Amino acid sequence: MNFLNGIAASSGIAIAKAYRLVEPDLTFTKKSIDNETVEIDRFRAALNQSKVELEGIRDKAKVELGADKAAIFEAHLLVLSDPELVSPIEDKVKTDKVNAEFALKETADMFVAMFESMDNEYMKERAADIRDVTKRVLSHLLGVQIVNPSMISEEVIIVAEDLTPSDTAQLNRQFVKGFTTDIGGRTSHSAIMARSMEIPAVVGTKTATEEIQNGDLVIVDGLNGQVYINPTAEEVERFKSEHAAFEAQKAEWAKLVNEQTVTSDGHHVELAANIGTPKDLKGVINNGGEGVGLYRTEFLYMGRDQLPTEEEQFESYKAVLEGMDGKPVVVRTLDIGGDKELPYLNLPKEMNPFLGFRAIRLCLEEQDMFRTQLRALLRASVYGNLKIMFPMIATLSEFRQGKAILEEERQKLQAEGVAVSEKIELGIMVEIPSTAVIADQFAKEVDFFSIGTNDLIQYTMAADRMNERVSYLYQPYNPAILRLVKMVIDAAHKEGKWAGMCGEMAGDEQAIPVLLGLGLDEFSMSATSILKARSQIRNLSKADMEALASEVLQMSTTEEVLEAVAKATQR
Amino acid sequence: MAEKQFKIIAETGIHARPATLLVQAASKFDSDINLEYKGKKVNLKSIMGVMSLGVGQGADITISAVGGDEQEALASLEETLKKEGLA
Repeated sequence: MNFLNGIAASSGIAIAKAYRLVEPDLTFTKKSIDNETVEIDRFRAALNQSKVELEGIRDKAKVELGADKAAIFEAHLLVLSDPELVSPIEDKVKTDKVNAEFALKETADMFVAMFESMDNEYMKERAADIRDVTKRVLSHLLGVQIVNPSMISEEVIIVAEDLTPSDTAQLNRQFVKGFTTDIGGRTSHSAIMARSMEIPAVVGTKTATEEIQNGDLVIVDGLNGQVYINPTAEEVERFKSEHAAFEAQKAEWAKLVNEQTVTSDGHHVELAANIGTPKDLKGVINNGGEGVGLYRTEFLYMGRDQLPTEEEQFESYKAVLEGMDGKPVVVRTLDIGGDKELPYLNLPKEMNPFLGFRAIRLCLEEQDMFRTQLRALLRASVYGNLKIMFPMIATLSEFRQGKAILEEERQKLQAEGVAVSEKIELGIMVEIPSTAVIADQFAKEVDFFSIGTNDLIQYTMAADRMNERVSYLYQPYNPAILRLVKMVIDAAHKEGKWAGMCGEMAGDEQAIPVLLGLGLDEFSMSATSILKARSQIRNLSKADMEALASEVLQMSTTEEVLEAVAKATQR
Repeated sequence: MAEKQFKIIAETGIHARPATLLVQAASKFDSDINLEYKGKKVNLKSIMGVMSLGVGQGADITISAVGGDEQEALASLEETLKKEGLA
């Protein structure tokens, strides 16, 4: 079969060679051997191949990342030739007559355990180095290839079962032209990342990793959710012209970069962008973002083996605030847990991570970590227009506790003589139904709301958004969701506060007319959706959309709502 | 046998980069070379051995070499320690 159907997760078309980002199978069994000389030779050959491979990686890292970053590979190379590691392995093969895989794993595990038991943080991390090196040698013994996405040096399309946030953090934007995954949906992390990187993606193909081999030519059609494997010359031509047409449409929208987002009857709304790292700022500015509506700070914490320092965080926050040049920047405090894990926090596995110990719940418990982030934010506040937002607030008491901690840190900093902005707004994400229902109470204490629809929908409908079998319950246009959204917006306005939305729904063509009618003040979306949304909103009338909104609030199903939206926007 | 004592002055002690450099320097020689700290002796050609000692600032260490090129080895290691501001 030469093509796969999936879910269009990020628009655009990409044509490039496939790069499989698939963890190799490194399992093996313990075996007795007859000829230890052969086994030792096999081990030495694997060691040599690993050395050659690592030397290549080191040399490349030196050129591309600098000598500092290459030093880690220098250390890995020394581990490979460490007599204290190599001799015991060879001795084990000789005396116990076991296969090299087993001797290697046993010996390496002993060193890993030794380093992990040291009470020095630095030493503990060395355990990870030994594991890494062991994996490499093991891969050569077993004849499988291990992947190293940070070393990709030509244009590729990433093919993976799923992409974790730490995988995506390592990807080189210069070379990754698109990606396709077996699992995931429009709101999974891989999809969100693809939109923030502005590269086409098709997720949920089910079989991409089975069907696609390394080096296959692949077309990712992020407009229609299809993937072509080794396409014909005609198909390549057809997609090249579709790509050109898409670029032309984008060029048309690009004319609106410096235009206001105003409805045909003169009502202004703010179109902001969701970002994950300071690197995303370029996209926000190029797409005419009027602010950052959601800065997901968890990416600072991912793809590493320890917490980021206050200084590292400060630099990132400062870069974003300065980059936005006085425009509003809503920073969400650490939202970890659920589908976003931090291995180094050693949190126990949970039966229901989405309903568990995550986000603000974790931060109020692990206060050192939370306070470090708040200090970094407060220090950065003088470089722009900072707004701080707590995620996953379920009760007013959680908000008050978080606010009290923020105030303590502010006072400490001021006592130290550090400048802190006086006008930092403090708001919350509304993503838990309990908070939406008493939004009127929250509105008296918070400065703003930002509705996180991805979670609000999954909690309201009681449908895990990672579970494809219940994906039909992900219904943004369900009147139940729309009524909750209305309650939140009305509550904010009654207290003179503003209400925004930072979930996927805010950039959805079919949702925008209704949200406009409900009075939403700020729409935060993937940067790449902004110009399209601006073009749409400029052709809508607020008064008409208000009529549409009050109509759909009285409806009973998603289908009725969508039909009404279609009718109202055709005019 | 050639042997010499050093006092580590570097703030980081013998950590990643310094350990790497010392092991690389030691591995160039045929002699058996050991590093002794707090009564514990490790092979100076073993990166894991050296790092497992956790040599910090202010530590007194002894480097000893036995073999045909023991003098050259010790001189070379001393040079590395000095050049890197370790001792």
